[in-house]
Amino acid sequence: MIYWKLFVAFFIPGIVGYGGGPASIPLIQNEVVNRYHWMTLEQFGEILALGNALPGPIATKMAGYIGYEVGGFLGAIVALFATVGPSLLAMILFLSLLYRYRNSPKIQKMTAMIRPVVGILLAVIAFQFFQSSWEDIGILQTVVLILVSLLLLEKWKVHPAWVISGSLVYGVLFLA
Amino acid sequence: MSDKSGSKWKKAVQVFTAFFKVGILGYGGGPSSIPLVHQEVVKKYRWMNDGEFSDVLALGNALPGPIATKMAGYIGYRVLGITGCILGVLAMVLPTVLLMVLFLSLLSAYKASPKVQGMTGAVTPVVGVMLAVLAYSFFKKSWEKKEKSVTVTVGLISAAAIGLLDIHPAVIIGGTLLFALFSKEKKPVTGEKEGKAS
Repeated sequence: MIYWKLFVAFFIPGIVGYGGGPASIPLIQNEVVNRYHWMTLEQFGEILALGNALPGPIATKMAGYIGYEVGGFLGAIVALFATVGPSLLAMILFLSLLYRYRNSPKIQKMTAMIRPVVGILLAVIAFQFFQSSWEDIGILQTVVLILVSLLLLEKWKVHPAWVISGSLVYGVLFLA
Repeated sequence: MSDKSGSKWKKAVQVFTAFFKVGILGYGGGPSSIPLVHQEVVKKYRWMNDGEFSDVLALGNALPGPIATKMAGYIGYRVLGITGCILGVLAMVLPTVLLMVLFLSLLSAYKASPKVQGMTGAVTPVVGVMLAVLAYSFFKKSWEKKEKSVTVTVGLISAAAIGLLDIHPAVIIGGTLLFALFSKEKKPVTGEKEGKAS
């Protein structure tokens, strides 16, 4: 049954894909291309490139689109649920437990200790973004964009939506 | 009664708007939407404070699967139960999935265009800045609490573990949480090194 296959194909990358959306791309490819033969490698690459050109999380874009191609509207829903559902349920369960005991000293200690770790994780991701930007558009553009967006966001308190939209326009005008 | 359902309706609209915005503006996949989620959830609607947001982020990183939708689903759930959960995920995911389905042929002609690549190129450092600012605010908050030594030790150990030893973040988060849970009070933090590196 096609819906069951879709569920399995996206459930496995969702569970095994540690490290967020981009990490699960090769796993999705393995299921969709190598195992179920729903599309060729070229078609998969085509969809991936398109997905990267659009905003929003990549794993769910792939799941929604491929699910729709394979099994129509219901197929899209099944693939999306398989991608998001299991770990979301686990998250709600864990965090509800944390939230219920949030006044206990142990939990407060956990919250306090995890904060610098999250800070490091974010700093690492930030560094990766800078690095890939350096490779893509060069050091001069990267530094200018970093400085200008830092000033806009932190000094002049411009809303992130405007800064992002502005950078998209800048990219079309000056980096194309 | 009507007032209650009215505020529920309002919250539903807020959840949908918040994550719709994040989904549309989150260029560059899941991680790039983290600062945007922070902007909407902590700064604008004040559904949770920085500490809770950091918990959500930590657990979201420790569990498998895409990070952005996990955050949308959980925060939606916190605000409005199951309805909020579904609304949050749909708002984040649906717009771009629809775009992909509707405009595939049209968009595939544009995907390699220099304009699209220019957009992606210019937005990457901006997202980097937003992530760095958020990272800095977590360090600052943690520094302002009394145990400065904990901040420095935990920060340095996790930086070394991720940057030098290439240990998966899930292991570090899990290790830190378990250490906090099972350590006795007043114990030196250095014992954590063994717990995490193994």
